[in-house]
Amino acid sequence: MRWFTLSWQAVAAILLCILAGLLGPMTQPEMKALANPAVTIAYPFLNTKGLIFDLILGAAAVSMLRIPPLAAVAALAIGAHVAAWLLLTGIVGFEGSAHAPYYLLLAAAWLLAWRCVTILSELKPANRAANALLRLVIPFIFGVWILIVWEAVVRGAGIPFILLPPPSAIGVRIANSLPILAADVNQTIFKSVIAGYVIGCGAGFLTAILADRVAFLGRGLLPIGNMVSALPIVGVAPIMVMWFGFGWESKAAVVAIMTFFPMLVNTVTGLAASGHMERDLMRTYASDYTQTLLKLRLPAAAPFIFNALKINSTLALIGAIVAEFFGTPVVGMGFRISTEVGRMNIDMVWAEIAVAALIGSVFYGLIALAERAATFWHPSVRGG
Amino acid sequence: MTMTEAAAGETTAVVEARKLGLTFQTNDGPVQALTGVDLTIGKGEFVSFIGPSGCGKTTFLRVIADLEKPTEGTISVNGMSPEQARERRAYGYVFQAAALFPWRTIAKNVALPLEIMGVPAAEQKARIARVMDLVNLTGFEKKYPWQLSGGMQQRASIARALAFDADLLLMDEPFGALDEIVRDHLNKQLLELWARTDKTICFVTHSIPEAVYLSTRIVVMSPRPGRVTDVIESTLPRERPLHIRESAEFLAIAHRVRDGLHAGHGYED
Amino acid sequence: MDRARDKIVPVLTILAGLVVVWYVAAVLLNAPFQRDLDRRAGETPDTIEFIAKTLSQPKPTMPAPHQVAENFFENTFLRKITSNRSLVYHAWVTLSSTLLGFAFGTALGIVIAVGIVHVQALDRSLMPWIIASQTIPILAIAPMVVVVFAAVGITGIVPKSLISTYLSFFPVAVGMVKGLRSPEFMHLDLMHTYNASASQLFWKLRVPASVPFLFASMKVAVAASLVGAIVAELPTGAVAGIGSKLLAASYYSQTIDMWSALVAGSIVAALLVTLVGLAGRLVDRSMGARPA
Repeated sequence: MRWFTLSWQAVAAILLCILAGLLGPMTQPEMKALANPAVTIAYPFLNTKGLIFDLILGAAAVSMLRIPPLAAVAALAIGAHVAAWLLLTGIVGFEGSAHAPYYLLLAAAWLLAWRCVTILSELKPANRAANALLRLVIPFIFGVWILIVWEAVVRGAGIPFILLPPPSAIGVRIANSLPILAADVNQTIFKSVIAGYVIGCGAGFLTAILADRVAFLGRGLLPIGNMVSALPIVGVAPIMVMWFGFGWESKAAVVAIMTFFPMLVNTVTGLAASGHMERDLMRTYASDYTQTLLKLRLPAAAPFIFNALKINSTLALIGAIVAEFFGTPVVGMGFRISTEVGRMNIDMVWAEIAVAALIGSVFYGLIALAERAATFWHPSVRGG
Repeated sequence: MTMTEAAAGETTAVVEARKLGLTFQTNDGPVQALTGVDLTIGKGEFVSFIGPSGCGKTTFLRVIADLEKPTEGTISVNGMSPEQARERRAYGYVFQAAALFPWRTIAKNVALPLEIMGVPAAEQKARIARVMDLVNLTGFEKKYPWQLSGGMQQRASIARALAFDADLLLMDEPFGALDEIVRDHLNKQLLELWARTDKTICFVTHSIPEAVYLSTRIVVMSPRPGRVTDVIESTLPRERPLHIRESAEFLAIAHRVRDGLHAGHGYED
Repeated sequence: MDRARDKIVPVLTILAGLVVVWYVAAVLLNAPFQRDLDRRAGETPDTIEFIAKTLSQPKPTMPAPHQVAENFFENTFLRKITSNRSLVYHAWVTLSSTLLGFAFGTALGIVIAVGIVHVQALDRSLMPWIIASQTIPILAIAPMVVVVFAAVGITGIVPKSLISTYLSFFPVAVGMVKGLRSPEFMHLDLMHTYNASASQLFWKLRVPASVPFLFASMKVAVAASLVGAIVAELPTGAVAGIGSKLLAASYYSQTIDMWSALVAGSIVAALLVTLVGLAGRLVDRSMGARPA
């Protein structure tokens, strides 16, 4: 039994560190300082450079020893993230001056994080809570690293904030414009989206029941609904703005039209999902249409209906935001996005997008929770 | 096969299990699928495994096939570990369902193992023709699986298992999903095929008549924990017409199998 | 054959019903404005004349079907296709960026799916984000992408098709992950008994098994791709394409133009989805699927 196990990520991280060391100065100011040793020039990573190297090399080496996986994970997580933190904070104030070693060290830290995730993915804890925790931690690390790389590259390469602001700037912008964001969310989400979503889904559901009762209608509506679902319905936005004015009503109308067809198609499909045997059973009880609908067919259709609700949650946000591009009162997420783009306040646009993403995920999550509660019997939920 | 092996052929064990055990870790705690299985299967035998569901008969077959790893004891296939045997493509496996690839014609399905094993195209053709003839499917090469009846599909999957000339055939309730008329027919064909090819066959079933009709030896198994409770040598001749199943000898063996199954169940309600 | 005939009659009946509803709505919606006009001109037309007038306004609130059809026909077949007023020209501009984006999106989606299926670390870290990202109104970034790219001097087809790529790779990635994982245990065990290598398992089992999933998700992706291209044309700067046509028509209240641009977009969408569906069916057929 050997006392170490090689991993390609750790070995590559060590090689990158060596390469970074050979290439020398990490930034433009450091190069100048080295060129004129007589003058004292402040340059980034003056005190932390050695520490960054030590962290990465140390974590890489420790992770390859034969130690328990969790110890390796801890070493890698600390090494990778503290090194990344030092890189990120060190470059502040010296944007755009980074040289190759800066990126090499970033890549090395990222490789360690990858190794950390790989070890975590291979863990098979028997404990259910630990498993749930793992399922959250692994994607979380991935998300954090997208932000780290984004921040580090934008600052290191000095990309103008107008093109791509770093995540930290977006965070600051969100914190500073909470009242505006709240007003926009209120206008777009709580007025347009909710009203349109309820109307669209409700109308789609009722039409589906009608189509189910009248077979002729059902046979005709389903192909039409399927076709319309694929059409670029957002295009009706200008028409709705013309009809219903600049207020939230026109946006709600767009949302209602967009959400109607997925609900219609899914409910009709779902109502056909109950088995023949079960329907025959209900016939033997001489149960009438409503009883069969309530006791058998709607529960059987629930997974399909929830699927439509989920699809529609995203569509509703898109519909409302895009409809605002065609004219609104001076509030609303879509309005804010289009005007701030015009003024090149890109960080505000990102702030709105981040809020929209958060609300979209929460909306979706709520529906998914309701679905788990309502269709606990379905294999896709039981299988978890 | 070399000369020395052929000379020792009488005593060569194809499958040899010693104190074999397999425990699955499940959410409800460990489940003993197999315990203490001692069994030797010789060349050219037709061995049936019979027992109620959960007795480990399919698990045992999967251990031979290296689809499961045993947790206790030892097992060898052709004198090697199951993994080595699988790497040398020592056996053909027939599943409960035909498991044909729906996007391949019957001939292409039979060709699948040959493609994977890198058999030259010309030889592939010859072998496909031969095994299609063996299972009486000549003329259906260009059909897709859905165009064939269930019995024909299962015959095609047997042809696929025969295509690469492994000496051992592992069959996991291959006719379980078929109706009795088709099953009788396939049983007869399987016996003929066995007589013609001299293969060793391990056959899992839950039908007593099927086990007695086909086998030279019947392994009776019992659940919780999965184990072997009886091994019955068949006294029937190798030549077995369908009506042998009404003979007194046949019924006597069937009776013994039923007793064995019952004994295994004795402690249950 | 019977099933098709079963559907055609109801579909046509409902479509005819919709046209009737449309005409009624056109009369009702345009009536107030027409009454106003008549009052100012001091005219008192009888009912038939009044209805005829409501259906032939130059800038109606709700254009009548025949007005849209006429406008659509004129701008599609009677104009030179290089003309700025030709719908074929605008449709082509949108279609080209849709197709470019769709092609890249599909390729990207497949590559990501293959990675997710084969690398466990990717599966557990990337997959949750892909699913979460479907809940985000991605279309909202369309104007920003276009404007930001324009600021660094990249205009035209690239930024638009980038949004189409972004919208179309999600459904393909998710569908392909499902498809590549769709083989049954029995098929996987079978390949294991043959001691098949990883690449043999991939090419002989996973890839053919994923084909139906690929085409189903490509249908969704191509529709999303078109929506992306249209929305990307909305921000000021785009001068051609169905989206910019919609925006221009809405600025000048040219409702008939607006509707016929919408019809053009719908026809492009229907064609794209039908083409992908046909391609899917052809491939399915050549792979021996049971004819539906």
